[in-house]
Amino acid sequence: MNGIGVFVCHCGSNIAATVDVKKVVEMAKLEPGVVHAEEYQYMCSEAGQERIAKAIREKKLSGIVVCSCSPRMHETTFRKCAEKAGLNPYMVEIANLREQCSWVHKDINEGTEKAVILTRAAIAKVSLNTSLYAGESGVTKRALVIGGGIAGIQTALDIADAGYEVDIVEKTPSIGGKMAQLDKTFPTLDCSACILTPKMVDAAAHEKINIYSYSEVEKVSGFVGDFTVDIRKKARYVNMDKCTGCGACMEKCPSKKALSEFNSGLSTRPAIYTPFAQAIPNVPVIDPSQCLKLKNDKCGLCERVCQAGAIDYKQEDEIVTRKYGAIVVATGFEVIKLDNYDEYAYSQSKDVITSLELERIMNAAGPTKGHLERLSDGKAPKNIVFIQCVGSRCADGKGKSYCSKICCMYTAKHAILIRDKYPDVNVTVFYIDVRTPGKNFDEFYRRAVEEYGVNYVKGQVGKVTPEPNGKLTVHGVDLLDNKQLKVEADMVVLAAAIEPSPEVRNIATMLTASIDTNNFITEAHPKLRPVESPTAGVFLSGICQGPKDIPETVSQAGAAAVKVIGLLAKDKLLTNPCTAKADELLCNGCSACFNVCPYGAISYEDKLINDHGVRETRRVAVVNNALCQGCGACTVTCPSGAMDLQGFSNRQIIAEVDAICR
Amino acid sequence: MSHANNKTAAAKIAEISGTNPLKCMKCGKCSASCPAFDKMDIKPHQFVSYVVNEDIDALAKCESLWYCLSCFACVERCPRDVKPGKIVDAARQMVVRQKGGNYLSANEIPALIDDDVPQQLLVSAFRKFRR
Amino acid sequence: MSINQEFKPKIVAFCCNWCSYAGADLAGGSRLSYPADVKIIRVPCSCRVNPMFILRAFERGADGVIICGCHPGDCHYSTGNYYARRRMTLLFSMLDYLGIEKERTRVEWVSAAEGVKFSTTMNEFVSAVRELGPNRRLGDLRCKD
Repeated sequence: MNGIGVFVCHCGSNIAATVDVKKVVEMAKLEPGVVHAEEYQYMCSEAGQERIAKAIREKKLSGIVVCSCSPRMHETTFRKCAEKAGLNPYMVEIANLREQCSWVHKDINEGTEKAVILTRAAIAKVSLNTSLYAGESGVTKRALVIGGGIAGIQTALDIADAGYEVDIVEKTPSIGGKMAQLDKTFPTLDCSACILTPKMVDAAAHEKINIYSYSEVEKVSGFVGDFTVDIRKKARYVNMDKCTGCGACMEKCPSKKALSEFNSGLSTRPAIYTPFAQAIPNVPVIDPSQCLKLKNDKCGLCERVCQAGAIDYKQEDEIVTRKYGAIVVATGFEVIKLDNYDEYAYSQSKDVITSLELERIMNAAGPTKGHLERLSDGKAPKNIVFIQCVGSRCADGKGKSYCSKICCMYTAKHAILIRDKYPDVNVTVFYIDVRTPGKNFDEFYRRAVEEYGVNYVKGQVGKVTPEPNGKLTVHGVDLLDNKQLKVEADMVVLAAAIEPSPEVRNIATMLTASIDTNNFITEAHPKLRPVESPTAGVFLSGICQGPKDIPETVSQAGAAAVKVIGLLAKDKLLTNPCTAKADELLCNGCSACFNVCPYGAISYEDKLINDHGVRETRRVAVVNNALCQGCGACTVTCPSGAMDLQGFSNRQIIAEVDAICR
Repeated sequence: MSHANNKTAAAKIAEISGTNPLKCMKCGKCSASCPAFDKMDIKPHQFVSYVVNEDIDALAKCESLWYCLSCFACVERCPRDVKPGKIVDAARQMVVRQKGGNYLSANEIPALIDDDVPQQLLVSAFRKFRR
Repeated sequence: MSINQEFKPKIVAFCCNWCSYAGADLAGGSRLSYPADVKIIRVPCSCRVNPMFILRAFERGADGVIICGCHPGDCHYSTGNYYARRRMTLLFSMLDYLGIEKERTRVEWVSAAEGVKFSTTMNEFVSAVRELGPNRRLGDLRCKD
């Protein structure tokens, strides 16, 4: 290629003060292939761009080098300028003479010498540039939301309201998630069900929303705008079209020993069940591990009582395959197992419970019908102790290193609710720090202390010992008073840490989304792109990204929905043309590149290759341009040198190295 | 001890105990767990700040060093892996080494053991002074 | 050789587009000087740096090569810098064996916010290479004019 133009910018005095721009122009003219070189005060200005365009047209330039500020600043500007003048935008290279030369060197000789070399390297590179064209890919106008808790429901509603189809995949028999289990919500103490169930109903009734309950994502392939997802609809053994939700089957079912997941294992449920009364869809499922008919073909009572004839013991799992343009992960959280915390006697005493269990006890639909009572003997407690940070902020490997964020507030909520309803009950909270950032949050905590007389004690509890009289002794410390305390309690509530749902690992692998050491999905940028995953087309909503409370989850759900809507609103996506490309003649199909690709962009095809007259079918690597982000990991891994990165090819980089070392 | 000596002593304690006192988040679980709490003048959760603040003179003089039972409840339960019990151990070792100078050799020990000494005491002493 | 006859090493710096190149820009924006001997080549990711490029640089007379990438865990492409780290560990130990001292090669993590780190790293690296003097190993005589 010959016909390179070099344009050196003064940037006022920013470059010209420490770089002799005239000398750079002179030296550039001596480089092979350069047919035009000029300098100007401000290349990025209207007039400067016009000069470039004029030179491209008049001298029929095949490539240009702009010696100016950082390419991070004006590369796009000059690419657009070249495109307008009829040159391929990827035939533009920038020599960074400002940030990396004139601004860091004071001596004009040194600066000029370096500027000449940088210009030389850019000329060497541009002479090997090839025209690149951004590809296009279509967008399937449908979104998938994985998880049907408040995060998933809100995201789905927002996307659907914008007019796009949404599918929610929920692993349990009903949407609602953890929020459905809560009694009241802080800091306003609204009843959780009262604000959640209308949203559940809205989602179910929305013509654009389709709910796959009792289903799981099985396989994901494809890329942004064009994902193909296999969804496993687990066998319900109940025909969803026929069932009227009358509940007769659940009443008559003789197997009633299974622990209710919804009540955190504090009550039992039949083998055929809906998790809770307001379940959506209101269609029960049969738990095959509990059903007498499915286990040993003995019962069949539900089939007999079902007037709609909806029971179907022969039902099998079904796989549905659907296409989506965008995927939102909203898999939520679980409370950690407390096996590592024997000192709190959780496994020894029924009266030591987690906060989520307390939610169920406080709830009118819960195992105690909302009466605060001890699970061991049903007596009303007189002294309740709350222990904060159980398994949170632990650096010893037993718990989680992070702060679970929601515990301080829900403990204050529980304390207020108990003191409000049962003023004769003493409530003590042992805390390490009280963390209440959020609107009206600290005021809420202060109300617990000032209005409701909750006794907050600074100091972590050492251990809880069950006494023979059925009481519990809490061995604590008041660090501000420097006194050890032994508090007699009837009930101890542990603010156990929360962790991402265990399924998220599997889902992240399927989506090639990265997760951190705590199993939270990594966001594309911790501050500026908090609801996007680094994988294009995959978005994050709720606790799968990090601990957060309901208000934050709902805002993030809305933000994720906007990102999805923005994506689905496009008809075509432009793809970055600086992607990897395999030379079919050199590729031996070894899979080394496949193994290092972080995006799953490489696949293999059997192709008929004409290798210098030898025609044979070979397994060769094919790069999907829509998936490839152009990192270049594969190019270095390739043992035969078949992989190369367009825009940063081996020859181009070597030319730069040569030019610098000349 | 001079100020400079305090600094080296603090580093020495951190080294002997193998703990990083800066990891402490001042939760007080050690003090809540300590069976000898009431007898101590410097409480278990304070050991760490004495090391951080390089106030080893006071730590060396305190009664707590000799009331610690080496039960290691604090070491077991510390959520930050700071192990106050090990810090006490280290401080005690430093004091003992300075006071006594040379150690007993292993051969001298049997002759010194009184038959009336309970076995349990010996075992706890070994636990206490092991590295 | 320059006018004052002082040894001026040729240093090639490979900087990833997302962190280190931006870090170098920030060093410029903050006017934090480092020797003009450092010439930066922009690559999309530190994992794009083929060992071949480094060998080529030494063959063509470079006196030192430094690779800068995002901090571990911060890679724009999630895992690229881990590959770079592993490859370069191997390559550098081989180069050391061939007589190209370990001080002439370096991998450094510089984030987009670390203009100061970029400048101090370059100052240190260049002075280390200056101490060693010109690199005569691996230089290809055919490449000399």
